[in-house]
Amino acid sequence: MPVVATPTLVSPPRSTRSTIALKLVMATSGLLFVAYVLAHMYGNLKAFSGQDKFNDYAHHLRELGEPILPYEGFLWIARTVLLVALVAHVVAAVLLTNRNRRARTTRYQVKKNVASSLSSRTMRWGGAALLLFIIWHLVNFSFGKVNVATGETGSAAGDPYTLMVGSFEVWWLTVIYLVAMVALALHLHHGTWSAMQTLGFTNTAASRRRAKQAGWLLAVVVAGGFSLVPLAVLVGIIEK
Amino acid sequence: MKLTLKIWRQPNPATAGAMHTYELDGVSEDMSFLEMLDVLNEKLNTSGEEPIAFDSDCREGICGMCGLMINGQAHGPEVTTTCQLHMRSFKDGDEITIEPWRADSFPVLKDLCVDRSALDRMVQAGGYISANTGSAPDAHAAPVEKKKADRAFDVATCISCGACVAACPNGSASLFLGAKITHLGELPQGQPERYSRVVGMVGQHDHDGFGGCTNIGECAAACPKEIPLDVISQLNKDLRTAMVKGR
Repeated sequence: MPVVATPTLVSPPRSTRSTIALKLVMATSGLLFVAYVLAHMYGNLKAFSGQDKFNDYAHHLRELGEPILPYEGFLWIARTVLLVALVAHVVAAVLLTNRNRRARTTRYQVKKNVASSLSSRTMRWGGAALLLFIIWHLVNFSFGKVNVATGETGSAAGDPYTLMVGSFEVWWLTVIYLVAMVALALHLHHGTWSAMQTLGFTNTAASRRRAKQAGWLLAVVVAGGFSLVPLAVLVGIIEK
Repeated sequence: MKLTLKIWRQPNPATAGAMHTYELDGVSEDMSFLEMLDVLNEKLNTSGEEPIAFDSDCREGICGMCGLMINGQAHGPEVTTTCQLHMRSFKDGDEITIEPWRADSFPVLKDLCVDRSALDRMVQAGGYISANTGSAPDAHAAPVEKKKADRAFDVATCISCGACVAACPNGSASLFLGAKITHLGELPQGQPERYSRVVGMVGQHDHDGFGGCTNIGECAAACPKEIPLDVISQLNKDLRTAMVKGR
């Protein structure tokens, strides 16, 4: 009977070559992103204190750590760490997804989802959507600085505040950002809890509940906080 | 009651299977699900058709032998084993889809029977304690804290039925693994081999082609013994500790 799995025992196994090791990569890189989006969201809220304060903040990020670090030194360290974490997160996700697909090649005719949340079932496609969004977001505000209203790019697109307000005055761009924030909220909702579980911090019913609450809290605070700025531009609270 | 049953038929591992539809009348709501299948098989026998192969043994919910995917849920709509599921959970005129556990690590042997020896291989790879044989030690020779004894006992109720693998969209056996790791890890007798156990069992799990855990909780919801998700956290914690120890 050729289909029956081979009754051999694996030897010698290594902890670092296991699926759980890949999951640990997902969890630690994911938690790094959680810390980053919290700081990024806080920085964005500076938009409510006006053009000068917002631009000062953007400029200060480049001077952070001076004189020990060179100009933009902190920024480049952060970019490098985030890029390494992003590559690790995506590579681990692809490897694990391929593995999971191979684990069941004959699908069920009928399969019900009983306990899983919508957020947990949208991690893969939601994650891919977020990756595309991040690429556009960097083109929009970081490396490219594209003002979609005027078509200007780079330094011609204006100071950070002008570019930000100008961008969110374009309704369809605001919609893209708000949809991305829904995807981010879903990803954070399951991701936070999942990272805690993967790291082995949820060994009791109480800690499991707290990890799930943390997922809710982060989803609402981060995605909500990010959405405040484009919404404020939309209704005219923030203007040029 | 009268039922329409859509059942997976597959003559052997090498031949492709398909869903077959059967009508069954006169089913009592007091019958267990397996008794309902027994009635269908009697009918098939009478008409000269090959009866449907399915696994069962104790029919008391304690051996872990039975296990069917019923309308997309492992062991059906109640939190129990297939043998302890009764027809009162269904109503007259229902259409019931019955499939075997689906996982490439659980190849179908015939109809609804699958080969779950991959679970045994995981136990062989570390899910035990090594003890010298001889007369049994006194029960109080190794004191165990009440809280730990309770947790060990709660997860030791795992009957290795494989419902967690069947319910998991990734075909992962993490809940099974977590139950074994937590059971032995909470007890003093399990300590000497604690970290070689987790590395060995996880290595065998991966080798046999089970998927990884995405912490979505379908396994714990399907588990007839209600083993909670925190055993997977314990599994991950022990693996992480083993990693730090260089194993």
